[in-house]
Amino acid sequence: MQKIEKMESLREAYGNELAALGEKNRDIVVLDADLSSSTKTGVFGKKFPDRFYNMGISEQSMVSTAAGLSLSGKTVFASTFAVFLSNTYNVIRQSVCYNEAPVNFVVTHSGITVGEDGPTHQILEDVGIMSGLPNMKVIVPVDSVETTSVTDYLSVKKPSPYYVRLTREKFPVLNESNYEFHEGKSVTFRDGSDITIMAYGIMVSFALKAAEILRGKGIDTRVVNMSSIKPLDRTAIVKAARETGKIVTAEEHSIYNGLGSRVAEVTGEEYPVPILRIGMPDIFGKSGKGMELFDYFHIGVNDIVEKTDKFFKRDYI
Amino acid sequence: MESYTVNDLAPIARQIRKEIIKMVYSAKSGHPGGSLSITDVLTALYFKEMNINPERPDDPDRDILVMSKGHASPALYATLALRGYFPAELLSGFRSINSKLEGHVHRGIPGVESSTGSLGQGLGVAIGFALASKLDERSNKIYAILGDGEMEEGNIWESLLAASKYKLDNLTAILDRNRIQLDGFTEDIMPLGNIAEKVAPFGWDVITINGNSLNEVVNALEEARKPREKPLFIVANTVKGKGVSYMENNPKYHGSPPANEEEYRQALKEIEEMQ
Repeated sequence: MQKIEKMESLREAYGNELAALGEKNRDIVVLDADLSSSTKTGVFGKKFPDRFYNMGISEQSMVSTAAGLSLSGKTVFASTFAVFLSNTYNVIRQSVCYNEAPVNFVVTHSGITVGEDGPTHQILEDVGIMSGLPNMKVIVPVDSVETTSVTDYLSVKKPSPYYVRLTREKFPVLNESNYEFHEGKSVTFRDGSDITIMAYGIMVSFALKAAEILRGKGIDTRVVNMSSIKPLDRTAIVKAARETGKIVTAEEHSIYNGLGSRVAEVTGEEYPVPILRIGMPDIFGKSGKGMELFDYFHIGVNDIVEKTDKFFKRDYI
Repeated sequence: MESYTVNDLAPIARQIRKEIIKMVYSAKSGHPGGSLSITDVLTALYFKEMNINPERPDDPDRDILVMSKGHASPALYATLALRGYFPAELLSGFRSINSKLEGHVHRGIPGVESSTGSLGQGLGVAIGFALASKLDERSNKIYAILGDGEMEEGNIWESLLAASKYKLDNLTAILDRNRIQLDGFTEDIMPLGNIAEKVAPFGWDVITINGNSLNEVVNALEEARKPREKPLFIVANTVKGKGVSYMENNPKYHGSPPANEEEYRQALKEIEEMQ
């Protein structure tokens, strides 16, 4: 298990795949709001300048225009930092979701892994914001391989809009290179019978490391990648509830309105079990190195081990 | 199909105005003021200028109009019904539970290109249509109708920049300059001043007309067809509530229907007597 982790950038995987897809699919158009060298849509932009629109620091106009292009039949990708897309909530709501305009929003620099830029840039509410919108689907790829597969999947025009949440930092590669994303399906990376950790994004890697340590403590931990947040794999949640009796959720996001809330909703409706939500409490982030901040906010690997251990041992009447 | 002359348009505009009054009176809600002000522009567009076929609402070469001021839904719905997109009998269901005619402009209705209502978004959506049209090398025209209160939205000014950057000579924005918004007169709420002088330096051709003169509207839309290098912005000076004396220039009728049977009958009678 102690193999060396291969770290790869999700946003580079996105930019490169988009540029490759642009060759085959002439209907793909891409918009950005002055961050194309960071979101990596610039790779597409350099190759296909006629189908790339840099809208400037004008996110509302970018989203409105993306809606119009989409209603015209184009396969539209629109990118900026996650925090700046939230400037445009009501444009997404009306012109994209209510209009049934299938725009693919692929945003980068989400969560505390943004690091040094600090709390203004570290959005921790976006999964909740976007999941609440009718018609919108929400995906958080776990690594570069899944990012490539999701980009590929969205290049065939879909009936609804998507929100795909990427990050600034490179993440460990967990999937085999031939992995294919399936909407609404989770992936069990490690089976276990005592307790389940359901996670997305970087927290899947942390959960896998935590599971290894927990094994040493005699706790057999299942780890599930919940990259498809909406639609959600309800079957896997109910299965985990039945088979392991307790579920821990782990996310680089507020514990409100994220995966923890969704899992609690499903278990509450189908098979009530105790839930422990690990994530950011009702607070903003802070500046620091992206990976340091997890320990600072007590949501790093050791915190997951400690909290899961305690939760596992706690008796519920 | 395009056989309508300017002389044919006045009776159509009167009919649309009557439908507007009937819709908001039967719904006991809705926005007559900004519907009556934009009626002449819509009449000229849908009955003379636009290349459209109600039997083929998805024709990729059709002209496209985005009604950014989505509260003027009665005007757009009445126009589309009279133009043949759906039966005029359906107009009486406006805003009611068993009707598709949602309170603000709704894309589920034949002929409607984009849902609107939350202001400031329609110009950007029209830009998206215009960019797609250029990519596909089509020669269709894209129109956006904006309210003047809507010019207070930041997204409009972002979009004005973008249309200029992409030299969207296939895009025409028409401003319904009726000088009234919900809370009162635009120049009291948030002074807009000379909008033409503000928009031109953003890289648009600008012309100013009387937007309640069918002749002037038709001439301006003909002008819009001439080859140009920039998008065109038409400031259409209009009268809010045009055609109904007690509604004209009265902020109350931004969002209120005729108050009683007497007001209702007076409105229909005055519209009938319009020139």
